[in-house]
Amino acid sequence: MNLLGPLPYLVAGWLLLVGVYGLVTSRNLIHAVGCLAVAQSSTYVLLLTVGFRRGGTAPVYSDTSPRSVVVDPVVQALALTDVVVGATVTALLLALVIQLHNRHSTIDPDRLNALRG
Amino acid sequence: MTAAQLLPLAVAVPLLGAVTLALAGRLLPRLGCDILATAWASADVVLLAGLWHCSSRGTQVNWVGAWKPTGGEGVGIVLVGDRIGIGLALLITVLILAALLYAWRFFEEPPAGHRGTFPALILLFEAGMCGFALTGDLFNAFVFFELMGAVAYALTGYHVEDPRPLQGALTFGVINSLAAYCSLMGIALLYARTGELGMAQIGRHLAGHSADALIVVAFVLVLTGLLVKGAMAPFHFWLPDAHAVAPTPVCMLLSGVMVELGVYGAARVYWTLFSGPGGIPAHAMRDVLTSTGVVTALLGAVMCWQQRHIKRMLAFSTISHVGLFLVGISLLSPQGVTGTALYVAGHAGVKAALFALTGVLLDQHGSVDEHSLYGRARELRRSAGIMFVLGALALAGLPPFGTGLGKALTEHAAGEFLGWLPAVFVLTSAITGATVLRTAARVFTGAGGRPDATAGAQTRGDHEEPEVRDPGRPVPAPMLVVPALLLAGSLVLGLLPGPVTALTRAGQLFTSRAAYLAAVGLAPTNQPAMPVVTPVAPPVVWTGEGIALGLLSTILAAALAATALWGPALQGAAAHRLRGLAAAVTQRLVAPLRSLHSGRLGDNAVWLATGVAVLLVAFSTLVQP
Repeated sequence: MNLLGPLPYLVAGWLLLVGVYGLVTSRNLIHAVGCLAVAQSSTYVLLLTVGFRRGGTAPVYSDTSPRSVVVDPVVQALALTDVVVGATVTALLLALVIQLHNRHSTIDPDRLNALRG
Repeated sequence: MTAAQLLPLAVAVPLLGAVTLALAGRLLPRLGCDILATAWASADVVLLAGLWHCSSRGTQVNWVGAWKPTGGEGVGIVLVGDRIGIGLALLITVLILAALLYAWRFFEEPPAGHRGTFPALILLFEAGMCGFALTGDLFNAFVFFELMGAVAYALTGYHVEDPRPLQGALTFGVINSLAAYCSLMGIALLYARTGELGMAQIGRHLAGHSADALIVVAFVLVLTGLLVKGAMAPFHFWLPDAHAVAPTPVCMLLSGVMVELGVYGAARVYWTLFSGPGGIPAHAMRDVLTSTGVVTALLGAVMCWQQRHIKRMLAFSTISHVGLFLVGISLLSPQGVTGTALYVAGHAGVKAALFALTGVLLDQHGSVDEHSLYGRARELRRSAGIMFVLGALALAGLPPFGTGLGKALTEHAAGEFLGWLPAVFVLTSAITGATVLRTAARVFTGAGGRPDATAGAQTRGDHEEPEVRDPGRPVPAPMLVVPALLLAGSLVLGLLPGPVTALTRAGQLFTSRAAYLAAVGLAPTNQPAMPVVTPVAPPVVWTGEGIALGLLSTILAAALAATALWGPALQGAAAHRLRGLAAAVTQRLVAPLRSLHSGRLGDNAVWLATGVAVLLVAFSTLVQP
């Protein structure tokens, strides 16, 4: 099925887990938002792996014959949308962190403890 | 032009409105922006009301750009408006209109050049939510899910002057997005198995395989995102933090309808994708989700009772009610869906009204702390006070409010599945109603003893950043008219037979997978194109049992509130012993539970991972390939 067997799937799972681990142990909100992006990159790997075909080329027919083997263009569109979504969310969260730093001079999640119980 | 062709407008009109307002905000004065936003939101309500009317003729389906599947396969995107989906979108537009009207005089003058920001964000939020309610495509559901999520994070952290909204918004954003990425992984796995993204198409392709580990993992991952949005234990930790700090009009939307969309999504995904052969067996779905719902309902009620920060209290009450909604849909019966739909609509009106009234308190007294507000809002008791009490009673399920009818119908369906489930409904709605009743009595009349202002609570509600810096002004009219209209709407839902009749049929359509497949043009070849919906028995409106249980939970709520108010002052050995017992229970059981709600981002992520693991184990055990 794949060039590398199950390796890409394992990589996707590993990225998700390592992102969550980073979120759990994070002491810095910029680092935490980065970890979220790492966790998200697992979805890129998984999507692209799902659409991979052995010997396939890019799904652009302008310079190849229409009968040539190409990888699945749908997952590439999905991955692209996913990147857009991820960029939006990351930018928004980083903007919140900047506000936090500017106005309250902290980016340590453990110093935000007004909401408990 | 048919109704189906108008379906994309439900998403496009608010999107266009958001752009228009963002641009017009640079030119128009504040009044102009408010009028434009209200007019736009009203147009959306009219549009959805029209679609709701047309949906009585059947499910409206629109393949956007006429990219219909050929031979059952295709990459087109479909919008499907059945009565439940369109009804939910109608509820969304009504609440958006209410929130925008409420916000007319709510905020202080926004900075010049950015007057349209807030209404533009609200309309963008509307587009995301309506899209999520109407989409028939799993990947689009993810995109709309993230759209409404991203707007909601921004709206939650709207008051950047205070660290608490920023903390709430960051936790909300990180946890919800992480969960959404889990959902996306599930969607990718389903695409890998079926090569389809449309909900109906995936469901049809799954029938060719047995339910193996891949399907279970994909189902759990997709469900994770929806249950996190629906704030199910142990995924609920973000909700009270976000709802306690968001601006009041945003709280109305978050609690009133956004959280409920998670439950709707779970039901939709189950029925269209996984209810057929090769999916998840009904007993697994029913067992796992009913237990989750019951645990969430009880946990939300206990935590609600403990709060003194009124918005946080209402947030926990939402958690408790959403738990009940999950129980309702996980019964997997048309009656359960009908009851839950009505319950959601009634609850949306009541909860939005309660948040709106809390906003009045914040506006007038700069506090949402039950203890420090003790007796301070006496001058509002004839207006806001009465509505607060009515809201509390409606929350407890007093007939003939819509919440009462929804609760009665759901309870009845639940009782047919498990005899003790109605007790959970009565108990949890009584506790949440009692908490709000207790607050109303303390704040508006100064009933009971003066609570110890320093005791207990970890999240207080005084020293709130006031949303308007003009404390002496009279309460603006929209801030009292909007909650009154919302409460009246909830009452009408319970009184008129129309909505129940419509939702009874809608519930049958929602739980019929064949009807959904036929509507999108993918009817199984060996079955008739139009599924025969079994003749509907005349809808049950109010039954003696429903009224009795509704009254029971209302009386229980009143009794609990009275105990909380006057119990501490009671004399006598028995009262003394009972107080000791209550203190011991609080110390041993409730205090550890409260300390779990640490508000730490890391702890939230741990709970998310734990929840996914538990769901995986539960479903893997219950689904035998």
